[in-house]
Amino acid sequence: MTILDAIARALETGDDEAVGSQTRAALAAEVPAKEILDSGLIRGMDRVGGLFRDGEIFLPDVLLAARAMDAGLEVLRPLLEAQAVAPLGKVVIGTVQGDLHDIGKNLVGIMLRGAGFEVIDLGNDVAPERFVQAAQDSGAQVVGMSALLTTTMPAMRRVVEQLAAAELKGRVKTIIGGAPVTAGYAAEIGADAHGFDAAAAVALCRRLVGR
Amino acid sequence: MRPALRFLNDELVKKVIDEAMGLLETLGVELQNPEAARLLAGRGVTATGGRVRLPRHLVEQALAGVPGEFRLCDSSGRETHHFAPGNVYFTPGSAALNILDSETGTMRRPKTADYVEYAKLVSHLENIAAQSTAMIPDDVPAEVQDSYRLFLSLLYCAKPVVTGCFTAASFPVMREMQVCVCGSAPALAEKPLTVFSCCPTAPLKWSFVTAQNVLDCARAMIPVEFISMPPAGFMAPVTLVGSLIQHTAETLSGIVISQLVRPGTPVLWGGSPAIFDVRRETTPMGAIETMMLDCAYAEIGRQFGIPTQAYIGLSDAKLLDAQAGLESGIGAVLAALAGINSVSGPGMLDFESCQSLEKLVLDNEICGMALRLVRGIEPKDDFPALPLFEELLRDKHLLIARHTRKWLKTEHYFPGPVIDRANRGRWQAEGSLTLGQRARREKERLAAQWQPPAFAEDVRRELGRLMAAEARRHGMDRLPDLPE
Repeated sequence: MTILDAIARALETGDDEAVGSQTRAALAAEVPAKEILDSGLIRGMDRVGGLFRDGEIFLPDVLLAARAMDAGLEVLRPLLEAQAVAPLGKVVIGTVQGDLHDIGKNLVGIMLRGAGFEVIDLGNDVAPERFVQAAQDSGAQVVGMSALLTTTMPAMRRVVEQLAAAELKGRVKTIIGGAPVTAGYAAEIGADAHGFDAAAAVALCRRLVGR
Repeated sequence: MRPALRFLNDELVKKVIDEAMGLLETLGVELQNPEAARLLAGRGVTATGGRVRLPRHLVEQALAGVPGEFRLCDSSGRETHHFAPGNVYFTPGSAALNILDSETGTMRRPKTADYVEYAKLVSHLENIAAQSTAMIPDDVPAEVQDSYRLFLSLLYCAKPVVTGCFTAASFPVMREMQVCVCGSAPALAEKPLTVFSCCPTAPLKWSFVTAQNVLDCARAMIPVEFISMPPAGFMAPVTLVGSLIQHTAETLSGIVISQLVRPGTPVLWGGSPAIFDVRRETTPMGAIETMMLDCAYAEIGRQFGIPTQAYIGLSDAKLLDAQAGLESGIGAVLAALAGINSVSGPGMLDFESCQSLEKLVLDNEICGMALRLVRGIEPKDDFPALPLFEELLRDKHLLIARHTRKWLKTEHYFPGPVIDRANRGRWQAEGSLTLGQRARREKERLAAQWQPPAFAEDVRRELGRLMAAEARRHGMDRLPDLPE
């Protein structure tokens, strides 16, 4: 087993300490940081994603893997930044104005971070202009909105409209989710994607950022 | 605290038992088995008009010898069952005439291949601890259908077997097969591999065959479950208490017969009573009163300190439909709450006459839920609560908290894919499958994982030789080909 296999394997089992120490060992053995990231950490996380999709492991297992991923990234970050290796993408998330139900949104955030995205979480009851502002300020490629209530769903349309007004539409993609939200509604308001759960959100965000 | 269900208070239990003892003493039972009659005569009980009247002291003497608990082992000798207070085990409903065909959704007679598929499937159903000889393959002569079921069960599944003989003549080979798997007669006696169902006939009657089975099992130290079947309102009193009195009398008479040969023979205080539906002329297993009878007679068995069994958690539906689910679900939950030790029911439709492998997959989940239910609610590192709530406020969630990781998989029961818990979008993305489709897919997935029981090749050959000889005795020169 190569050291990159060992990193991927430790990540799969959620062993953050082992991921950290193996990552340091790999650097000491002069494995390039980018290679450790791609062939160790991300490869392990991809496998975790597959197992989760197949129902072989559960959400907590994914989160443990994500925490282990963080432990590896912590070691690599100074080097990756020096080499200008960007995260998978940046995503702004929040529940829309008037909606306080944030369990689904929180799960999406945790899963996106675990998959290697940088997540700017605006919390709940987020006004449309705050979504737009955050997208502008952070240079995010994706804005993700969540709603549990049919009464708050129209706020999603306003975010899409205001992004267009700020001439961000197209450059900043939108993804929506939540119990009453459907793919049909996404098409109707001009959102770019609809995810029916957190795992779907990760796959869709990857597609939206071309990764 | 284990949640529990009770229908009878102590006073009523005592009155039912007293009445049953009185019936045995004054009316007795009709006994059509000369050997049992001879053994009883040796105890000073003589038959008059074909009936033996059993004095109370004889019944109490027999009861005194019955073990309060016993164990079953699988064919590798590993203990799988400990029939003792509070322990609940599920086993498929047994001896169905039909199988619900997966392809056509209609009932038909089962063949060898169906039985093998069933035995392989049960190997992998984790909430179903024993197999039963659940259906009757019709591609062998009637005379060997009972032994052939056991033969296939032993070949394809290691779990212990709830079974029985259709004739007295089948017993020797069915015993020999078990001795072959266990290695010797003492090994079989030490680690019982089967339970034989023995059914008195309502009202208060023992046929030659069933009484003989009881005697033969006792001699071989094979555990017996007594299956008294009073049909309430037809050949038993319409009232539940009246039927309980009949059930108690019939079961006590079985205990007397079993302990005549060998005191200490392990038995289950079992049964399959039902109400009689006068509108349809049927004995519905899914009737709530049928289930109440099961739970209540188990209380009487427990009063005697005898492990219990019941046919409960079956359905009268003809398809894998909502009725099938609700009747099986109610039955399994009540049985578990009532603490019935061996619950015979999973897979069964159409009263007790049709097995469905898809239903077996569903029922495995029902059993899992019922077993979780009776584990109840117990504190698990919950006191003091403050540190965990501090962690929750700090980390915003407890998904990967140490406390969660330690308790998640035992505190929550995780059903297999047959139970749909996806959100609607995910369910649609996965094909909008019906319960029947999910069950079928899971059945096929489990069957593909099958491994043969781990006994030696010569045991396998000897089982084949025993079965072939039995079949030849009944005019069948060649047994059906066995699937891989």
